[in-house]
Amino acid sequence: MTRKLTRRHVLAASTAAAAGSFITPVRAAPPEPTKITPALIEAAKKEGKFSWYTSVDLALGEKVAKAFEAKYPGITMKVERSGAERNFQRIGQEFQNRIYNCDVVNSSDAAHLIVWKRAKMLAPFVPEDVAQYFPDAHKDPDGMFASWRITLCPIAYNTRLVKAEDAPKSYADLLDPKWMGKIVKAHPGYSGTIMTATQQLSRDLGWPWFEKLAKQKVMQVQSATEPPKKLAQGERAVMADGGEYVAAELKARGEPVEIVYASEGTPLITGPSAVMANAPNPNAARLFQAWSMTREAQQLNIDVGALRSAHPQTTDRADMRKFSDIKMLKEEANVVADQADAIKAQYVKYFKV
Amino acid sequence: MTRNFDLSRPVLAAVAALLAVMIVLPVGWLLVVSLTGKDGGITLANFVALFTDPTFVDPLITTLIIACSVSAICCLVAAPLGWLVARTDMPFARTIRTLVMASLVTPPFVGAIAWEMLAAPNSGLLNQLWRLLSGMPPDEALFDIYSLGGLIFVISCYTFPYVFILVANALDRMPGELEDASSMLGAKTWQTARLITVPLALPTLLAGALVAFLQALNLFGSPAILAIPAGFHTLTTRIWSLFQFPPKPELAAAASVPLLVLTVLLLRAQAMALGRRGYAVLGGKYGAPRPIRLGWLRGPAVALALFVLAMPLFLPYAALFNSAFSRVASRIVGPETITLHNVKFTFLELSSTMPALKNTFLLATASATLGALLALLIAYIVARKAVRGYRVLGFLATAPLAIPGIVLGVGLFLAYTRPPLALYGTLWILLIAFVTIELPAAYQQLGSAFHAVHPELEEAGRMLGATRLRTLADITAPLLRSAVIATWCFIFVATIRELSAAVILFTSETKVLSVLIFDLKESGDVGAIAVLSLTMVAITTVVIAAANRLHARPQSRAA
Repeated sequence: MTRKLTRRHVLAASTAAAAGSFITPVRAAPPEPTKITPALIEAAKKEGKFSWYTSVDLALGEKVAKAFEAKYPGITMKVERSGAERNFQRIGQEFQNRIYNCDVVNSSDAAHLIVWKRAKMLAPFVPEDVAQYFPDAHKDPDGMFASWRITLCPIAYNTRLVKAEDAPKSYADLLDPKWMGKIVKAHPGYSGTIMTATQQLSRDLGWPWFEKLAKQKVMQVQSATEPPKKLAQGERAVMADGGEYVAAELKARGEPVEIVYASEGTPLITGPSAVMANAPNPNAARLFQAWSMTREAQQLNIDVGALRSAHPQTTDRADMRKFSDIKMLKEEANVVADQADAIKAQYVKYFKV
Repeated sequence: MTRNFDLSRPVLAAVAALLAVMIVLPVGWLLVVSLTGKDGGITLANFVALFTDPTFVDPLITTLIIACSVSAICCLVAAPLGWLVARTDMPFARTIRTLVMASLVTPPFVGAIAWEMLAAPNSGLLNQLWRLLSGMPPDEALFDIYSLGGLIFVISCYTFPYVFILVANALDRMPGELEDASSMLGAKTWQTARLITVPLALPTLLAGALVAFLQALNLFGSPAILAIPAGFHTLTTRIWSLFQFPPKPELAAAASVPLLVLTVLLLRAQAMALGRRGYAVLGGKYGAPRPIRLGWLRGPAVALALFVLAMPLFLPYAALFNSAFSRVASRIVGPETITLHNVKFTFLELSSTMPALKNTFLLATASATLGALLALLIAYIVARKAVRGYRVLGFLATAPLAIPGIVLGVGLFLAYTRPPLALYGTLWILLIAFVTIELPAAYQQLGSAFHAVHPELEEAGRMLGATRLRTLADITAPLLRSAVIATWCFIFVATIRELSAAVILFTSETKVLSVLIFDLKESGDVGAIAVLSLTMVAITTVVIAAANRLHARPQSRAA
């Protein structure tokens, strides 16, 4: 049984009293859900612009921006894409210097939202769709953030270089000497997806698995969006980790990429979004946050970006394995929030960079 | 009119003060931070941590290997090429000179990305081609760019033009009479070269070796792109990794101190090596140097030059063009697969493109103008020993060379994120960073130009009653016109290429092209990188061509 299904069941079975099981303690009642009203749209248009810090693949990020701009003409959206860990560092740096450029933030490392919430950097804001439809597992009980995107961090291989029967089926398979020098992998110091996945894999497989993997002469890249692209180029035969959505999009475009959901389970990556407390364009930020959680916007993420969604009214893509059929590893954002530095240090010990 | 009032002292004092603020402030903060412990007290703990930790010592050794190799390779390539271009009758010498300069327009990290497309072990175009030609099995590679050798090669590709320019310019300025005298006294061509040309060019070559060494030492972009996938760090990438969350500026500051010491020692050594001889080779009137006849070697010489140019220029740009118009960079574009997808994406969808272009060219123009003026003044003061303590100015102007851009970025960050000058988040902090970083090279260029102008010309002006500034304006500056324009272009180009400080100092509102490309690289969007790089190079070329036209125009200044 999958985690999301479990949580959906919990949601279906429980009342609103179940809220509060998610990550941080409840301090006060969350704010009233906000609808997209003409007044909000007008106020946003008056601001005319805002910036969105995200770590989602750039091509998808810009498509989201174009869709939003088409829906609400007169508002220019700037996409600031970088690895989640780099964005995290920069936002902290800017915040310390009282520079507030960021309106809406999205991170593939859910732990970041916890840290920002603790630092009181987020504005409470609950879009109507989140209040009405999102399962508790995907919204902050204090209304500070909600899961804008969900994806996985699977294994994948290049179908021209590897036959389906030879492809790795599990994380254990990646340690086979035949993959020496043929694996590409992203880095937890730069990518939130990989940070999240590294915590889950080191918990379930143990660090010795990483130590052995490091001896396979792994090609080390930074962002989780890059390994699938290296596969498509044929630079490496197998990727040990990377964004499922990027791999799935490449596959849909006819590139020789095939995804493997490892027998041990695949790390689940939740990417929450929030409005910044000091957003320079608070209305545009709220309008975007509200729109980005609607069924329409969430379905767009799936259709053009191959992401997964917490919105129960969205439908999976036919060309991707059903979310509920995938064995997943348990995500523990609160653990990542406390252990991120130790995880990075351990990783560097084995992989040298 | 205060025609005879000598303005030089206040001007010089102002320059000294400006330099002090520009350089002493960030460096001072770095030193303070490197000596500060967690409890706020003074400590050497950061240095102890540094030199007992193999994750620092290994990158340090790697970096020294890289810098020495690059320095040697650059001299070996640049010296013969510079000589061929400046002193022989090799055909197309002017074109080749222009092309070497043009290769300098390529940011090293773009070159590294292009060489990834060419020589990645599996998907690299050259490896694919070689497999096709030789039947080499798919798992083997002719070239592996993700290696120490690959990194040294790529850094050399984009460093040797510095040495080349220095050598070629020095050989241009060298008086032909000395060589003529040597030939008249019966020396053969090669004897003349050995006894006259080489010794006269040697100081420049040494300076070139130093520049190459320091460039390789402080480079961030190419190692970030090639070393990390290969699984090793250089000092700069290791320092950069210290700015991951939570940032450890105290260790980064400490890590930069050995570099600073090393550079100071190198500069001292250079000064001692050159100190005993006089090298004023441009006095009143000298004849143009006589080109040496290569005879049957003309063909091979051109072939050699073109082969060398293929490395930084022809091959990488072929790869960039290919990937700009291809969906996947590792496939050769054909008439059926050619696509404008990347161009459309870059200019119509990518929301950062236009702001980054605007910021970049604004900053490049401002930095070049400000930097060239400042370097001119400092070079003059030092070359003519115009004020007491001029050596300090010379040292200060060279000092930024010793600080990796990324660490200087942190120093500036520490210095300008607090009152009275809270500049972080503005373009000003980037302007200060770029001028500071480019100052050493600009100063060295203009300094060596000053050394070539004999003070007798200025002395004549002073004796006839002109003030120092007027002499500078009417006599020295016109003689140095081409050097000043070259320096302006140099800073302009260098600013556009600058990544390592910008990557620390940018905010989303002040993003420049190099950072945008670096971000694109992180996520592997090579198509957009190719389009942006080509755009950047095209615009830069136009600007430089315009500056050169200005240069070629006859002088219109009223006497």
